Amino acid sequence: MNEQALLGLADDELVLGWRDSEWTGIAPLLEEDVAFSSIAQNEIGHARAVYELLAGPAGDADALAFDRKPEEYRCAPLVELHLLEWAHTIARRWLYEVADEIRITALKENADPAVAGLAAKIDREEAYHRMHAEMWHDRLRDEPRFRKAVEELWPYALGLLPTELRGELVARVGLAEVDAIERGTHTDELAPMWEEMTMVRRSAPAGSQW
Amino acid sequence: MSEQSIWEVFRKEKRGAAFEHAGSLAAPDADFAEAWAREQYGRRGESVALWLVPRGAIHDVEDWADEFDLKYRRVDGYSIKARLKEARERAGTAGPG
Repeated sequence: MNEQALLGLADDELVLGWRDSEWTGIAPLLEEDVAFSSIAQNEIGHARAVYELLAGPAGDADALAFDRKPEEYRCAPLVELHLLEWAHTIARRWLYEVADEIRITALKENADPAVAGLAAKIDREEAYHRMHAEMWHDRLRDEPRFRKAVEELWPYALGLLPTELRGELVARVGLAEVDAIERGTHTDELAPMWEEMTMVRRSAPAGSQW
Repeated sequence: MSEQSIWEVFRKEKRGAAFEHAGSLAAPDADFAEAWAREQYGRRGESVALWLVPRGAIHDVEDWADEFDLKYRRVDGYSIKARLKEARERAGTAGPG
């Protein structure tokens, strides 16, 4: 079991869930607002499940999720971007789901049955996220704004996957492979988000129970 | 998304139950209607099945002729209170018992 890869997955889901939650109440369509917020919550639920697996029965998943410094997070720069523009947001959601499917499919074959089982469980819920992302992609694929957004985010999307899985992403998205914006580096947008995300936890008196 | 239309959502709460009208949503096509209905009417496990019906497919019936007083056809058609009082007076009893 590759702990760093699992931590990367959990951090991706947490940070993307956080970013997508920023649309709650302001999405361009009421129905989409509800659906998008629900999917964002699901992603945070996946993050929690992976943190719990990594922390173990005696460990503290919350500490793993929130007590690291921003530079210690393993998320890909794609999910950190603060994108309050719908074409980019939905382009990221689609690119993320395509890459995530490739990653989860690989994890389902993991030698550790706990990892493979959790991957299968996540995959069953991701099926609806993919349906949601694909329907938006089908609708917007010929819109110049959406295509431009996909092209701008493409180097970031490649950075979601380890190099051996990128070929499939290239084939599925249909863009040429370029230099990826790699995991392990962070955008300037992570630290301010981290400040907000961990503010309550950091300001709670020692020994607070939730 | 300017060409949205209304979809009526019916949901079945458990297996064997009848579908009941749950609400409606605006969506541009069946795929969007499905994705949005799943999130709005199914994400908490409150439905085992959904029907999505374009509002235009519904045949509306809401006009009822009531020209002749047909209330004798209904169980609530008669007010028996007054008649019962009369009958009791004829029989010389004040009430039941």
